[in-house]
Amino acid sequence: MLLYLKVFIVGGLLCVLGETLILKTKLTPARILVLYVTAGVILSALGLYAPLVRFAAAGATVPLTGFGHLLAQGAISAVQETGLLGAFTGGVTAAAGGIAAAVFFGFLAAVCFKPKPKDY
Amino acid sequence: MTEKNLKYEAKQALERYANLVARLTPKSKWGQGCLRAFWVGGCICVLGQALADAGTAWLHLTASSASGFASVTLVFLTALLTGIGVFDRIARYAGAGTVVPITGFANAMTSPAMEFKPEGWVLGTGARLFTIAGPVLVYGISASVVVGILYYFIRW
Repeated sequence: MLLYLKVFIVGGLLCVLGETLILKTKLTPARILVLYVTAGVILSALGLYAPLVRFAAAGATVPLTGFGHLLAQGAISAVQETGLLGAFTGGVTAAAGGIAAAVFFGFLAAVCFKPKPKDY
Repeated sequence: MTEKNLKYEAKQALERYANLVARLTPKSKWGQGCLRAFWVGGCICVLGQALADAGTAWLHLTASSASGFASVTLVFLTALLTGIGVFDRIARYAGAGTVVPITGFANAMTSPAMEFKPEGWVLGTGARLFTIAGPVLVYGISASVVVGILYYFIRW
């Protein structure tokens, strides 16, 4: 149960940081997504993100910084296994599940549903 | 009651109303936004953890595939909720609470793909899927390639 509390708090705080950036710096949500993924890659490469994942599990992997962590760790371990080529194959391989799911389910939703008129 | 008294009463009522409004409106847009982002974002991560734990317990997944399973399921739920129009309402309430988790990435793909359906399957849906996901992948993948190359030469 303690793990779930840690997941909630760390995940929530990462979102509060995003909300603060949106409100105080006028960053658009698209830029927040790009910023989070890139920050995740850099923090992970510096070895700073893995401890957060060990501490808060999904609280650190579900936010987009976790996606960046996945990309960086994939690239690093592929370089260890296959050398320089791994720099190009590792990241996408590790993140393939999330990317393919988003492409496929996003497309499927567009096939199945009519766009709603925006009421705001 | 004299006219003067009535005016006084009205003024008092207005003051009481102003006090009530001041007390009930959240301290700031920032405070309210953060509170909403915190609890919704936290709950999405808890759901992700529950999915990963369920995958480990019932589908006998390893730790890394359990986390992948959680991501794929969250992406599926987001696409479904975006399709039926529920996600937009949650997102308007929660702000960054739905943007920062992987749900934001999935919604950013699904929403324009649906919206630009009238422009055709290829340049409407097909291209617009990547309106926001494109930049995310460009910077994310490029950064990971740079990290991989640096790691090859430095091995920290």
